[in-house]
Amino acid sequence: MGFLEYAPAPESAAILNLKSEYGLFIDGEFVDGRGEVFDTISPATEEVIASLAQADEKDVDRAVAAARRSYEKVWSRMSGSDRGKYLFRIARLVQERSRELAVAEALDNGKPIRETRDVDVPLVAAWFFYYAGWADKLEYAGLGPNPRSLGVAAQVIPWNFPLLMLAWKIAPALAAGNTVVIKPAETTSLTAMLFAEILQQAELPPGVVNIVTGPGSTGQALVTHGDVNKVAFTGSTGVGRMIARSVAGTSKKLTLELGGKAANIVFDDAPMDQAIEGIVNGIFFNQGHVCCAGSRLLVQENVHDEVIDRLKQRLSTLRMGDPLDKNTDIGAINSAAQLERIRTLSDVGEEEGAERWTADCVIPDKGFWFAPTIFTQVSPAHRIAREEIFGPVLSVITFRTPAEAIAKANNTPYGLSAGIWTEKGSRMLALADQLRAGVIWANTFNRFDPSSPFGGYKESGYGREGGRHGLAAYLESSGWDAAGSSSASRAVTSGAPKTSAPKNSAPKKQRKATQKAVAK
Amino acid sequence: MTLDHPVALAPADRAVQLLGGDLTEKALRLHLDGLSGVDAVGLEQRAAGLSTRSIKTSSKAWALDTIIRTCDLTSLEGADTPGTIRSLVAKAVTPDATDPETPRVAAVCVYGDMVPYAVEALGSLHAAGGESGIQVAAVATAFPSGRASLAVKLADTREAVAAGADEIDMVIDRGAFLSGRFGLVFDQIVAVKEACERPDGSVAHLKVILETGELQTYDNVKRASWLAILAGADFIKTSTGKVSPAATLPVTLLMLEVIRDWHRLTGEQIGMKPAGGIRSSKDAVRYLVTVAETVGEDWLTPQLWRFGASSLLNDVLLQRQKLRTGHYSGPDYVTVN
Repeated sequence: MGFLEYAPAPESAAILNLKSEYGLFIDGEFVDGRGEVFDTISPATEEVIASLAQADEKDVDRAVAAARRSYEKVWSRMSGSDRGKYLFRIARLVQERSRELAVAEALDNGKPIRETRDVDVPLVAAWFFYYAGWADKLEYAGLGPNPRSLGVAAQVIPWNFPLLMLAWKIAPALAAGNTVVIKPAETTSLTAMLFAEILQQAELPPGVVNIVTGPGSTGQALVTHGDVNKVAFTGSTGVGRMIARSVAGTSKKLTLELGGKAANIVFDDAPMDQAIEGIVNGIFFNQGHVCCAGSRLLVQENVHDEVIDRLKQRLSTLRMGDPLDKNTDIGAINSAAQLERIRTLSDVGEEEGAERWTADCVIPDKGFWFAPTIFTQVSPAHRIAREEIFGPVLSVITFRTPAEAIAKANNTPYGLSAGIWTEKGSRMLALADQLRAGVIWANTFNRFDPSSPFGGYKESGYGREGGRHGLAAYLESSGWDAAGSSSASRAVTSGAPKTSAPKNSAPKKQRKATQKAVAK
Repeated sequence: MTLDHPVALAPADRAVQLLGGDLTEKALRLHLDGLSGVDAVGLEQRAAGLSTRSIKTSSKAWALDTIIRTCDLTSLEGADTPGTIRSLVAKAVTPDATDPETPRVAAVCVYGDMVPYAVEALGSLHAAGGESGIQVAAVATAFPSGRASLAVKLADTREAVAAGADEIDMVIDRGAFLSGRFGLVFDQIVAVKEACERPDGSVAHLKVILETGELQTYDNVKRASWLAILAGADFIKTSTGKVSPAATLPVTLLMLEVIRDWHRLTGEQIGMKPAGGIRSSKDAVRYLVTVAETVGEDWLTPQLWRFGASSLLNDVLLQRQKLRTGHYSGPDYVTVN
């Protein structure tokens, strides 16, 4: 056995203190759902981790009612600085329980612990810290004096970054003074349940955040509920379209963060070794389950062979396997259904004449796996060049001039992200100007920061998350359209009497936890 | 650019092979300027990623032994004496007296005038370029600054080789490199390489120290690595250990990438030696991971990989004892030299 077959270095799942069953989190308590109970499994082993409650329309109704009550009685009346204290508290608790959250996410989602530990969970904490800072500074959000919260936000999130997407949704909504009913994805609700425990630990007032689990029908009941003021969705363009249709004609505000088919553009003067890393990170990070993944590699024709050769060599060093092993680079595909979709589209790629190359990986017996795959000789007309595969599959297309690169990059109904690799700054800026994508990375890829707005052009959605812009999705100006909008849900202003502020000190439970940690 | 009379360079084999028969400074410069750039953020991100590998149990045991086997145990002090060198050699021969299974280090690395004492102290254990035993490496060419005439540098080298040095660790002229006189740097390496030849035709191995801390930019490190390889380096080495920063993981990764590209191009394997600043086992294991995942684990032999270090060895021995016995001992359970 060679050195490169590193001895197993598994993170222990024993750190988790999971229940065998989880209910819905409504009004600060775990309650039973009215629908059937369903299991959440580990995609790496297909073993059942826990069972979850399914929320039906009445459960959703109960959750929205709780959110409404707490919005009107508590949260919207609370001062921004006090809301901020709760958010800071949540952020600190996420950090304190980071190892546990990282293990749970890897177990439930199938993504490697290296990513949950180094990317997902630190970003979750960062998101809460960032928006905690905004809570008492909303008048500087660019919406004029005293911007107003919207009311109850209905949020539906995907399975690719379960806890991170939850943070992207909840942190700005709460900072802006809204209350929330959120539905995690059916296959990845486990960390949302742990997050509910953190909310209890933080003594967040009941009803400010409610979590309902279940399939698509639960999400549908939530976004179509008559008493929500805001709908925020991250997921596929197909579902996004349905939601947009159902929200049309209502007064609900809507943000959608949908699919993508990003171009990662590599010029011949790119910093070559870093570009290879960027290509790998762009499409094989999180098994390619990333809406902003660089799934189309646009490479300048004169360096195509060299890039592909180096890329293949690099891919052969990736380790696929146990998500809990600290040396795993590529984890499991999240579900059997997703694996099927990736397989189908990859087969179509071959049928349409693209050349397929797959990294030589040992596929475990159980679970859902797909080895990193590259398609060369792809033409822009191929389905694998147009449709979002949402898996570890890269389609390589060539170009000869910057103009051709821009034309090919923009030739997609999507427009979420793009990458540019060149050592020439002027070209970088000129290209960024002409690419129709919401996020553009230059000489890097898949980098996220709470202060940076994120969102799409065209069918990749509308609205922005992150940064000051992310607040605008959960606020409205009180000055500019004061005459038009005075519905009951928006009547409560920041001038209302303040209630129920958290104590300045940490809550008791948290104090105890800290002491215990010190005693160790 | 003017149409000057082209400056011919010493016809080093590798450079002639790559750049053509009429080897000129201009051809060398065009090659070095044509290398793809290095993105500092991306390089450091990759190095940080490699640092997160978790090396446990059997892999850790192998790694610790490999660190010892590839160690150039170093003493480069103005205060060195024949006595301290004998002590250094004793440590190199028997790193851990409590465990005879402990491998020996690859070489001792000393100043040129200390070579005779090292050779004498090693006695029959002197590998003298062979596969078994311990090599004697000498720093030369007005180490560490390199500020001397070529004649002095060559004399320095020849003297160390004549005294029995198996390996020469030379420094490049960083001043010349930074002012763009690539031809001068190149010719000096070629000349020192010639000075490594012994009367019997055998050659002392040449390690070329780039002193990356003074080159400052990653682009410079990449150019200097190519230059040194083209001029005939057997090993490229990061630092003298006398300038901060000495070896870093990103710099080592970058130099390994150049070595990998040279191998892709020619099939030839160049050695790599990070030196200075690597003090803990944990750190050293990260370097091994970087080697294995960049050029391949074939490189993890004393012929192609060395650590230049003085205090690293004792930390590795402590970790090794911990793996063997299950508990940590302490600094008093490993020997000072």
